[in-house]
Amino acid sequence: MSGGGEVSGQGPAGGAQALVGVVLVSHSGPVAESVAALAVGLAGGGAKAPVAAAGGTPDGGLGTSAELITEAARRVDRGAGVALLVDLGSAVLTVKALLAEGDELPEGARLVDAPFVEGAVAAVVTASAGADLDAVAAAAGEAYGYRKE
Amino acid sequence: MSGTALDAAFFVRWMTAAAAAIDREAERLTELDSAIGDADHGTNMQRGFAAVVKMVEAEPPATPGAVLTAAGRQLISSVGGASGPLYGTLLRRTGKALGDAAQVSAEELRAGLGAGVDAVGKLGGSAPGDKTMLDALVPAVAGLATSFEAAAGAAEEGARSTVPMLAKKGRASYLGERSIGHQDPGATSSALLFAALAEVAR
Repeated sequence: MSGGGEVSGQGPAGGAQALVGVVLVSHSGPVAESVAALAVGLAGGGAKAPVAAAGGTPDGGLGTSAELITEAARRVDRGAGVALLVDLGSAVLTVKALLAEGDELPEGARLVDAPFVEGAVAAVVTASAGADLDAVAAAAGEAYGYRKE
Repeated sequence: MSGTALDAAFFVRWMTAAAAAIDREAERLTELDSAIGDADHGTNMQRGFAAVVKMVEAEPPATPGAVLTAAGRQLISSVGGASGPLYGTLLRRTGKALGDAAQVSAEELRAGLGAGVDAVGKLGGSAPGDKTMLDALVPAVAGLATSFEAAAGAAEEGARSTVPMLAKKGRASYLGERSIGHQDPGATSSALLFAALAEVAR
């Protein structure tokens, strides 16, 4: 929900403008749903960026559905752009193919090159703080540099 | 190559023949995919091409370009695996290259497919020798300069040439050396597409 909630004031876009939407595309429905719940949970209170999961095939199997992705992107589109994070294989290729065609995803939809889980958390937190699409994509991508050892 | 003009009906017949070939070989495609992939290539391709046939029969597009563009769009939305965006991109990009002419020459189709194959390579970030569809598609397009039969033969030979290759893309690449000795399922289905093209051109 974009709502008119108070934005912390640190958002580069400033003010309670439309928030960037985040779509999580996985080969698996439960993975996409769980990562969405994790990212929203960690984003804490305040304004919440719209987040949608698009995992698996419409019948619940493993795979990727162009319809689910398109639907999810439209659902979270508030006019500030949509960041799509993907896990692997057909999730990556399907989003790339949809973007290459140009007319199915909302204007301002972008494939964000980021690790799926860590990138999702970074994207949702920054988007919820009012950051614009460039800043959301940069924050998600920076998660690649977060070493664990 | 002869100067035959290919119309929309020819392209509908191609898609129908491709669907029939995939139906016949679905089990083999899945078997190949269970060796090095996730064992869904046959069923995914069957579902995709069945949807394509249903669509082109219900509402036959008016031009060769429109047949392939619509077929590609259908594959992207109905396959569910990586072959959806890859084959979808192949057909859509080829369809776009053919423009809105009512008929195209074999030479124009060759050039169009060349653009389609380039787009597949770009989408997947792969090149011939990586044990992918491209190992059948690239020689097939080259063969089209001679004849449809030559293209089908080159595609089949290209698919077989993937057996000793080490997979560099997709799930099969995680297997490393163990991917050697298996024919690539995507190259195999690509050969079916060109076998179907030769069949309808006969």
